[in-house]
Amino acid sequence: MSTTMQSPRQQAGREDDDALVERFGSSRRSRFSRHVILCAIGLFMMYPLMWLVSSSLKPNGLIFSDLSLWPAAWHPANYTEGWTALEYDFGVYFSNSLVIVVLSIIGNLFSCSLAAYGFARLDFTGRKLFFALMLGTMMLPGHVLLIPQYILFAKLGWLNTYYPLLVPNFLATNAFYIFLMVQFMRSLPTELDDAARIDGCGPFRTFWSIILPLCRPAFATTAIFTFISVWNEFFGPLLYLTDPELYTVPLALRQFVDSEGQSAWGPMFAMSVLSLAPIIGFFIAGQKYLVKGIATTGLK
Amino acid sequence: MTASAAEAAVMPEAVRPPAPLRGRRRARRDRAGYLFLLPWFIGMLFTIVPFFASLYLAFTDYDLLTPPEWIGLENFTAMFSDPALLQSLKVTFVYTFVSVPLSLAAALGVAMMLNRGIRGLPWYRAVFYLPSLLGASVAVVLLWRYVFGLDGIVNAFLGRFGVEAIAWTSDPDYALTTLIILHIWTFGSPMVIFLAGLRQIPVMYYEAAAVDGASRWRRFRSITLPLLSPIIFFNLIQSLIASFQTFTQGFVMNNGGGGPANSTLFYNLYLYQQGFNQFNMGYASAMAWTLLVIIAAFTALTFISAKYWVNYDN
Repeated sequence: MSTTMQSPRQQAGREDDDALVERFGSSRRSRFSRHVILCAIGLFMMYPLMWLVSSSLKPNGLIFSDLSLWPAAWHPANYTEGWTALEYDFGVYFSNSLVIVVLSIIGNLFSCSLAAYGFARLDFTGRKLFFALMLGTMMLPGHVLLIPQYILFAKLGWLNTYYPLLVPNFLATNAFYIFLMVQFMRSLPTELDDAARIDGCGPFRTFWSIILPLCRPAFATTAIFTFISVWNEFFGPLLYLTDPELYTVPLALRQFVDSEGQSAWGPMFAMSVLSLAPIIGFFIAGQKYLVKGIATTGLK
Repeated sequence: MTASAAEAAVMPEAVRPPAPLRGRRRARRDRAGYLFLLPWFIGMLFTIVPFFASLYLAFTDYDLLTPPEWIGLENFTAMFSDPALLQSLKVTFVYTFVSVPLSLAAALGVAMMLNRGIRGLPWYRAVFYLPSLLGASVAVVLLWRYVFGLDGIVNAFLGRFGVEAIAWTSDPDYALTTLIILHIWTFGSPMVIFLAGLRQIPVMYYEAAAVDGASRWRRFRSITLPLLSPIIFFNLIQSLIASFQTFTQGFVMNNGGGGPANSTLFYNLYLYQQGFNQFNMGYASAMAWTLLVIIAAFTALTFISAKYWVNYDN
């Protein structure tokens, strides 16, 4: 996918690199051995995932006795069995997770872009102080806030609702995304704002009509990172959701081992595959943005 | 600069700010800024108030039902004689100080192999980066339990070399090792940051060094390491802070118990048990602040040490 997207400049760069490697005397043979080592590491790392997919398609009895990746006997019924194995069927858990993810993305895009525009493009009293404070919260370990926040949400009657998981995202509490957008907005020429002002745009109009459309790459990065982290999120739902009807996919998956069933491996692996599929899909679709995003902010 | 000055010269009279309105304009500008930051300000309330509230709770006995009762330093002194707490500190320290250096070394090593003149870079990068997105998910931690199970593929693989089956997940001597391996498996995100950093190092430095006859190791020691040191520093701080707060891996690996024999009882897992199973909110808050101080101390140490090994003048 990405090879076809390479710009001519990158290709030129690669030729330079090749020439460079040759000048350093690293032979074709050493380059070959480098590929062998990298492929071996890659295979090692991918093996557990491939084993997961293969096990999800094997009958229970074969999972631990037949170690080949290509199933000797196929049992796709694991997927239908797993789908209905728990109290509610997985459609419920998937739609719960989806609702939380979509609203979290909207919340982060909305609140973080507002804050980022304020920090990056506007001048106001105390801007530097607030910006430093924002950077400080990036380093603050979340567990310090955990207990008072839990008490607060309990007092608000928000236990067993999605509010504790969603509302913070609408309040720009994720400083990483603000920082990412600030970095991006700072790279846009300020002449744009000046031109807009001369044409009579106020700050809101400038934000909405000039800056926002240009920030699409930063938004894509934020959306993908939010998707992955919220989809994987385990601690928050574990803490705030006790009603199985509200469970997200990770909470539901854990029930496979929580309940009696140390034996329903096939269905469990089948649902594990389904739970990872959206992340892998987003990863393939948005790799460009992810790589750029973590290179500029060090997001995980 | 000159461009905007030229623009100012041709600006119509009406747009130019009249001097007496300065103060009012300033206020209007402030108001716009504060409006944009409004959600963030409210969000900060959700951060700052709990921050100080948990500091207060750390000095109290609080079970959520009766009002908090001030007990001074009792929570903190109790921590020193709590064997489970000391165990959870040990688990977290061992986990952090083994897995962070190993995963950063793996990240740097692979990034250097990928850096220059390699075909198929996007593919390799994707393969190495993907696990770091999955490492914290419940599905992968569950998978790990079975990959390292008694009749899992790891034992089957080792068995070919004559190694006897190891009870990775149920033997207290090995349980943490499996989680350290899981951490190393996710070296992809620091690797991508290293790759970006390596790309910034000018090729001519290496050319000059090669002309001078510097060996491969010498070029790594004298060019790559110093020029990459700010990024190593950044990755180190990030990984330390994240690793001190490990939770899901310990929770899912052994059904929330931190077993076997508390060998995967991470600090945050024990904090969760104290707060939300035992409802010792005061004690849990004291634990939270203790960890904050520990993290701050290690971060500060890393910052102080940076003077001796991080190179900022390029």
